[in-house]
Amino acid sequence: MKIAIPVDENKEAVCVSFGRAPYFLIYDDKTETSEIKPNPAANAEGGAGLKAAQFVVDAGATVLITVRCGQNAADVFKAAETKIFKAQDGDAQKNLLAMLEGKLSELTSFHAGFHGRA
Amino acid sequence: MRVAVLSGKGGTGKTFVSVNLASVAQNATYLDCDVEEPNGQLFLKPEKVSTLPVTVPLPAFDGEKCTGCRKCVDFCHFNALVFVRNQPMVFAEVCHSCGGCTLVCPEGAVKESLREVGCVKEGVAGDVRVVTGILNLGEVSAVPVIKAVLQKSKNERGLTVIDCPPGSGCSVMESVSQADYCVLVAEPTAFGFHNLKMVHKLVRLLQKPCGIVINKANGEYPLLNQFCAETNTPLLLRIPYDAKVAERTAAGQVAVLQEAAMAEIFRNLLTQIRKEAVQ
Repeated sequence: MKIAIPVDENKEAVCVSFGRAPYFLIYDDKTETSEIKPNPAANAEGGAGLKAAQFVVDAGATVLITVRCGQNAADVFKAAETKIFKAQDGDAQKNLLAMLEGKLSELTSFHAGFHGRA
Repeated sequence: MRVAVLSGKGGTGKTFVSVNLASVAQNATYLDCDVEEPNGQLFLKPEKVSTLPVTVPLPAFDGEKCTGCRKCVDFCHFNALVFVRNQPMVFAEVCHSCGGCTLVCPEGAVKESLREVGCVKEGVAGDVRVVTGILNLGEVSAVPVIKAVLQKSKNERGLTVIDCPPGSGCSVMESVSQADYCVLVAEPTAFGFHNLKMVHKLVRLLQKPCGIVINKANGEYPLLNQFCAETNTPLLLRIPYDAKVAERTAAGQVAVLQEAAMAEIFRNLLTQIRKEAVQ
């Protein structure tokens, strides 16, 4: 199982934005290693959430931990059967542990997208 | 002659000026390009209305032919396509209908279907031909509907008045694209002035001749007069605020059809626009 988490410039804190996060942390539970990969959608003109979702799906992640997520990206994850969990306060590592211990709840509400408004 | 009426700020009187201008000209065409709030029809009340749907192409994928090469997904600049579980998924409201995916597919697996985004209504009100663009609720881009409305002005001999949307973005740019002259309606307020400067910059960039109409012009707003002088933009008309006119307008009446004095004001405005436009 691979887990994806959007992270900030410092590569540790969970980024509040999913589509425009500068990096993604990808954790592989087989090797118990994490990789930091740049988000190709960070500076997309439009459709950043969709492009980031494509990146997460292509990275082979079956779990996403995020603060929030737009409806379009959520539709991609539904089709890809990727589970989405709501990130808690604290950095990515802490959230990763919480997830592995079954302490995170699934994210069930999605916003309509900001589309240049935020 | 095609005259676009725009303002930047909403509620300054674009529709008021457009409707009255079209009503004093003989055999004019009124095009409502404010497709998110097409209010001109509330005043003109067109009859014998016919409706045409406006559609945009949307890709549809043939699962049999698709080999999953992802060329379409990689090509889409708008990220409207996502490749999931060995097939492309399309996000209709993100798609800009450019047709690129159809072109780059080496397997001929992409066909274009049509998606309705709004409609164009056409009718008559006295001697005015009234064309109204209506964008469906929830649609992101007004441009396809505006394009369909503007199609209706082609080969027009008389006056065509283009009632533009507020702002200075894509939909306004599209609305003024075919105009021979632009009338900028402004309120003598700081907010009105700020947005006037934005649309003025836009029409100058598009190299359209323009003039300014100050609506609700009670008292002077020196910065506005100064701006007209500095930018060499003619001040075509000042319409003072009149509670009676406002009341009639709120009741859906056309001012020039009610009052001879108003008709005279707008006839003079039209004469002046004609003079300015040929210079």
